[in-house]
Amino acid sequence: MWDFAKLFLLAAIAILAAVIANFARDPAHLVHMIIIMVVAAGLFLWQIRRVGEPATVHNEAEYMDDVIRAGVIATAFWGVVGFLVGVWIAFQLAYPQLNFDWAQGYLNFGRLRPLHTSAVIFAFGGNALIATAFYVVQRTSAARLWGGNLAWFVFWGYQLFIVLAALGYVLGSTQSQEYAEPEWLADLWLTIVWVAFLAVFMGTIIKRREPHIYVANWFYLAFIVTVAMLHVVNNIQVPVSIFGSKSVPVWSGVQSAMIQWWYGHNAVGFFLTAGFLGMMYYFIPKQAERPVYSYKLSIIHFWALIFLYIWAGPHHLHYTALPNWAQTLGMTFSIMLWMPSWGGMINGLMTLSGAWDKLRTDPVIRMMVVAVGFYGMATFEGPVMSIRAVNSLSHYTDWTIGHVHSGALGWNGMITFGALYYLVPRLWKREGLYSLTLVSWHFWLATIGIVLYAASMWVTGIMEGLMWRQVDAQGFLVNSFADTVAAKHPMYVVRALGGTLFLIGGIIMCYNLWKTVTSVGEKQPERATVAAE
Amino acid sequence: MVEKDEENKVRPPERQYPDPTARLRAEPPKTGHSWDGIEEYDNPMPRWWLWTFYITIAWAVIYMILYPAWPMVTRATQGILGYDTRSAVAADIQRFDQANQVWFDRLNETELVEIRDDAELQRFAVNAGGAAFRAHCSQCHGAGAAGVQASGFPSLLDDQWLWGGTIEEIHETIRYGIRNEDYPDARWSEMPAYGRDGLLDDDEIDQVVHYVLQLSGQEHDADLAAPGEEIYLDNCAACHGDGGEGDPFVGAPALNNQIWLYGGSYEAIRHSVYYSRFGVMPGFADRLRDAEIRAVAAYVHQLGGGQ
Repeated sequence: MWDFAKLFLLAAIAILAAVIANFARDPAHLVHMIIIMVVAAGLFLWQIRRVGEPATVHNEAEYMDDVIRAGVIATAFWGVVGFLVGVWIAFQLAYPQLNFDWAQGYLNFGRLRPLHTSAVIFAFGGNALIATAFYVVQRTSAARLWGGNLAWFVFWGYQLFIVLAALGYVLGSTQSQEYAEPEWLADLWLTIVWVAFLAVFMGTIIKRREPHIYVANWFYLAFIVTVAMLHVVNNIQVPVSIFGSKSVPVWSGVQSAMIQWWYGHNAVGFFLTAGFLGMMYYFIPKQAERPVYSYKLSIIHFWALIFLYIWAGPHHLHYTALPNWAQTLGMTFSIMLWMPSWGGMINGLMTLSGAWDKLRTDPVIRMMVVAVGFYGMATFEGPVMSIRAVNSLSHYTDWTIGHVHSGALGWNGMITFGALYYLVPRLWKREGLYSLTLVSWHFWLATIGIVLYAASMWVTGIMEGLMWRQVDAQGFLVNSFADTVAAKHPMYVVRALGGTLFLIGGIIMCYNLWKTVTSVGEKQPERATVAAE
Repeated sequence: MVEKDEENKVRPPERQYPDPTARLRAEPPKTGHSWDGIEEYDNPMPRWWLWTFYITIAWAVIYMILYPAWPMVTRATQGILGYDTRSAVAADIQRFDQANQVWFDRLNETELVEIRDDAELQRFAVNAGGAAFRAHCSQCHGAGAAGVQASGFPSLLDDQWLWGGTIEEIHETIRYGIRNEDYPDARWSEMPAYGRDGLLDDDEIDQVVHYVLQLSGQEHDADLAAPGEEIYLDNCAACHGDGGEGDPFVGAPALNNQIWLYGGSYEAIRHSVYYSRFGVMPGFADRLRDAEIRAVAAYVHQLGGGQ
C-alpha cells in the first residue's frame, strides 16, 4: 500500500513538473522543472521495479555508514568544485578579460560569485556537516541512525538542492540576498530536507544508549535547529507565479536588510561555527587520543555562544539606514562573543596538552590544530571589525573578504580535511591513510595558500579603505574609485595564487583518499560501542 | 665526637616545599563518562578566559549606557553621549562647507573666463573640481579623463571638442548634459541613420565610408572614395564641414584627424553611417551646486585642451 502511495506521488510530481516546465516563464525555472521531472520519473521507475520486494532490513547492531561514505565523497567533490570556481573568479577579478563575451550572462563574475560561496559553504561545508553529524551522533550515542532510509533522503535531497541552486545562479535566478540566493522552489525543497535531517538527528539522540548527550551533539543540534529557523524566516516570500522562479520577499527596506544579516551572520555563527565546533569536539579528541580539556568550559562557552551569537547580525549594517541603537547592540554583543568563541579554541588546543609530540608525527592533527588556530584568529578579528570605528575603515573593503576566508579556508576547510583524513580509513575499513607525506604536502600548500590569501586581503582591504576615505585639507576627495581598483591589482594576483595553492592541496587530498580506498589493505570491521555504564 | 658535632651544628628547620610541577603532572579529575572512547576532564575554566569574558561584558554595558542601545516603547535609549552617526557625518560636512564657503562665494562671483587669472581661486577650483570629477565624471571619462577609446566616452585631455572647448561651453555641457530628456537646455543633435532608414544604399555607404577614410588620411580605396565625395558633400558636409573639420555648434565631430569617438576602422565608420550614433550625457545642474559645476568646468578646461 505504502509502495503504491509512493508511486502515485512520484508520478504526480513528474507530470506536474512536466506541465510547469512547458509553461515555464524563465530558463532557470524550466531547467529546474526538467530536473525535478527526470528525478521523479527515475525514482518512479526504480520504485516500480522494487514493488513486492521485501523491505530492506536495518541491522540495529551496526552503524549506518553507507550514507556517510556517500557524504564523504560528496564533500571532497564539492570542495574541489567550490575551490576551483573560487580560484577562477579570483583571476576574473585580477584580469577582467576572463569575463568572456561569449559567457556573458552565464559565467561572468556576477553569476559565478554566488556559485562559489554556495558551493563552498553549503555544498562542501554542508555535506561535511551532514556526513560528520551522522557519523558522530551514531558513535557517541551508541545507536544506529534513526529513520532507516530517511538518512538517504537527506543526502540525496541535499544534493538535489545544491544542483537546483547552482543551476539557478548560472541561469540568473536569484533573490539577491547574500548566502540566501536560491529562489522559492529551492528554498522550499531545502526546508523539507532540513526537517528530515533534524528528524534523523533528533531520533538518533532520543534512542541513544548513552545516558548523557556528548558535547559535539549539542553543537550539531544547535546548528540544525537554528539554521532551520534562519532559513525559514529570511525566505518568507510570495512566488509571483508557480510557472516562474521569481518571488517577492515579505520583508522590505531596512527590515529586510536587518533580517538578511541576522540570517547571514548566524549562517556564519551556526553553520560555520557551531556545526564545525561539533566536528572539532569529536575528531580532535579522537585523533589526539586525549580526553577533552574541560567539561565546564564546554558547557559555559556553548550556552554563551548560542545566546550571544544571535544578536550580532547588525554589525554588518554599521553606518546604514539601520537605527543606531541596533548597530550598538550588534557591536556590543559581538565584543562579548569573543571569549565564548575562544572557549572552543581553548578546549580544542588544550585537549592536545600532553600529546603535543603528535604535532611532529601526525600531519592530520597538525591540520586540526591549525584549523583551531585560524578559528581563534578569525573569532578575534570578527569582534575587532564589528567595532563601529574599525568598521568605518573595513566595511565594503577586501578586509572583509580576507576575514571570511581565514575563517572558511583556515577553520572550516582545515577541520574538514582533518575529519576526512580521519574518516576515510575507518569508513572503508582500511589500515591507514595511503600516504602521510601527501597529507603533509596538502597541509603546507593549504597553509601557505591561506596566508597568501589573508595577508593580501588585509593589505588591499586596509589600503582601499584608507584611499576611499582620504580627503585633503579642504575636505575634497583625493581618489576616484577606479584609482583604488587599479591599486589593488597586484594583491588580487597574490590572492588568486594563494587560492590556487589551496585548490592544489584539495586535489592532492582527493587523490590520497582515493588511493586509501583503492590500494590500502583491509582492516577488521569495527563493532558498535557498548553504552558506558 | 663527630656525631656530637653534627648534632650541635646549626641547621635550618626542615620544611616541605610544594613541588611546583606537581599540579601540572597530576592527572586532573574526569567527569567519569566516556563516549566512543572520548572522556572529559573536569578542569575549571581558565581564569584569564573567565575574567576577559567578564571584562567584555562590563565594557558592553558601559558602551550601551554611553550610546543609543535599547529599544523602548516610543524610541530607543539615546545614550548619555548623545552620539548618532548621521549627525556626526553632517557635522563633518558642515565644518568643511563652512571653511570653504568663502571660496565657493568667490567662484560664483567670478566670471568663468577670469577664474584662471586669479591663481589662488584657480588652485581651489581645480582641487574642488577634480574631487567632483572623480566622484561624478570618472565613471565614463576615466579617472584620468582620458575617456574610453572607441566606446563613445570622449577624452577630455586633447584639443578636440564635440561641443566646444571654451570654459563657458564646457560649463554649459556639464550643467545640462547632452541629448538627455531631463533638461530642455541639454545639447541636442541627431545624425540620420543612413542605412537603417534607407537614405543611402549599401554601395553609396561603402563609397562614403571610403571617402571618410580618405579625409582622415587612412588607407582607402580611391575608386570608391571618388564617388563618395559627392555623397559626402550632399549628406554629411552640412554638419561635419566640407573638409571634415566638424562643427561644435551641432556636436558634429571632426573627421579629418585620427581622433575617433567610436573608432576609425572601416567597420566602425560604416556602423556610424548605417545606424548613426546617439551619445548621451546627464546634466548636473540639479546634482551639484553651482560653484561645484563651475569648479569642474575649470578643472576640465585646464586638463590640456581648453580653448
